[in-house]
Amino acid sequence: MSIRRIVIIGAGATGTAATRALRASGFDGALALIDGEGETPYERPALSKSVLTDAADPPVLLDAATIAREAIDLVSGIPAAAIDRAARCVTLANGPAISYDRLLIATGATPRRLTLPGAERVYYLRNLADARAIRTRLVPGAAIAIVGGGLIGLELAASARRLGCAVTVIEAAPRILGRAVPARLAAAIEARHRASGVAFHTSATIASIDGAGLRLDNDAWIGADAVIAGIGVVPETALAGAAGLALDNGIAVDAAFATSDSAIFAAGDCCALPHRLFGTARLRFESWRVAGDTGACVAATLLGVARPFDAVPWFWSDQYDETLQIAGMPQFGARIVERATGTAAPMLFHLAADGRLVAAAAFGPAGAIGRDIRIAERLIAACAHPAPEDLADPSRPLKVLLRGTVAA
Amino acid sequence: MISKENDTMTQWIDVCAADALEPDDVIRFDHEGQTFAVYRTSDDAYCATDGLCTHEQVHLADGYLEGRIIECPKHNGRFDIMTGAAKGAPACIDLATYPVKVADERVLIGLG
Ligand SMILES: Cc1cc2nc3c(=O)[nH]c(=O)nc-3n(C[C@H](O)[C@H](O)[C@H](O)COP(=O)(O)OP(=O)(O)OC[C@H]3O[C@@H](n4cnc5c(N)ncnc54)[C@H](O)[C@@H]3O)c2cc1C
Ligand code: FES
Repeated sequence: MSIRRIVIIGAGATGTAATRALRASGFDGALALIDGEGETPYERPALSKSVLTDAADPPVLLDAATIAREAIDLVSGIPAAAIDRAARCVTLANGPAISYDRLLIATGATPRRLTLPGAERVYYLRNLADARAIRTRLVPGAAIAIVGGGLIGLELAASARRLGCAVTVIEAAPRILGRAVPARLAAAIEARHRASGVAFHTSATIASIDGAGLRLDNDAWIGADAVIAGIGVVPETALAGAAGLALDNGIAVDAAFATSDSAIFAAGDCCALPHRLFGTARLRFESWRVAGDTGACVAATLLGVARPFDAVPWFWSDQYDETLQIAGMPQFGARIVERATGTAAPMLFHLAADGRLVAAAAFGPAGAIGRDIRIAERLIAACAHPAPEDLADPSRPLKVLLRGTVAA
Repeated sequence: MISKENDTMTQWIDVCAADALEPDDVIRFDHEGQTFAVYRTSDDAYCATDGLCTHEQVHLADGYLEGRIIECPKHNGRFDIMTGAAKGAPACIDLATYPVKVADERVLIGLG
């Protein structure tokens, strides 16, 4: 069957990257992009940073000129309400249906919600409307309680401090940043926040929230003018689930984004997929470049040539003037090799039991760590088994190891 | 060292010794309040672009050069160093480029 009509649900990093890649690879059929948010598609990472601190508009992902030039039928501000798999069409919330030969679901994720007395007072941050609402509360001198010491919570903490708020972070686990960030770096990041005056309560559970603050299980009281939660996200699978597609901690897809329906694909934060470097179990990545990379990669598959996703996952998190960057998946490491970087924390290389490099992580000014993380990414992609003593020796440029790998 | 090319307004400004820049390498060069990135490719071509990423103004000379693509150290935006074209999100605004020549074992950048 020839593929003449492609519909994409969701105009985030994934949906917009797929749109561009489809046109770039010569697809000249009908291309509809359904954007439930109704904003000009924008870069979500700015929401916890410049959108708050500088009251800036987030950078645009797909501007009007590109939409016109690439003949994209943008449905703006009207969510998709249902997928009719038998009729191969997507019904919009206001009634009309759009037919497809191939459908891409790129609906992203939504914040996990607190369920406790007073939870209705809590702010969450996922979209531009959320950021605008939070911005009005981050006034100098305001006391802000942030529930969750994950990436979003910490980025919010840094932005709120920059705006002159008093900030307390409340984390249920014994340490901030959970499994995806090595303990050594989490400690350096916490120290950075404390140096800026952020207070932390770890191993702390919240009992209730009211207009003046929140009470912990141990009866401690934390006064707050506003409470913002960043306690993780859940993949947005409502449409896929209602249509009967297989789910597995996200829309279940194979390495080339195929769902359990051969005409429907899913990519980005909404899906879970296996990755050649990290075993056979499905994983979720929840990061911006991965989302865009999956969107660009799925274009080939949508056009009929199944292309497995194999880019190394990587993310950054900017806090103050520093950045955390992690390439690969630290969870798959069995041992850690440290390399001094001249910043507050060493770069950490995670090696699997057989010595294969599976992740590299660092926290510091981007200019001090960015290049070596780029090189590590390539070593990870090449399944390199670098000698630990080479990784540990900052006088030995990583680039040399890369040459060795490529030649081997 | 400043010299004028015949019939043009280009000023050739001294950057560094030719061998101070290795093949497949990039350096930062500051001149009169502006910052540039000057590159030498693995096949020995020299070129120059604006020094700051068009996304959030970090020094591209701290980035990773592979072939003719420089990757920004901060968010991995990518640029073609020969044309300045933005080649990878989140970078979407092109960089300006500048002529570079090597004379008497010195690297010179053409400005103005
Ligand atoms: C505040 C914040 C800061 C972040 N900072 C970073 C960072 O610094 N670095 C990093 O690597 N990652 C960061 N991330 C994560 C990154 O932004 C996401 O991984 C990425 O946006 C995922 O892209 P996506 O397109 O898959 O999903 P999304 O960006 O979530 O886009 C999905 C879109 O689909 C829409 N949608 C959902 N359902 C429907 C429907 N039924 N009909 C129509 N449209 C629908 C949604 O409204 C949304 O617009 C951040 C995320 C947030 C929220
Ligand atoms: S600062 Fe260069 S990509 Fe963001």
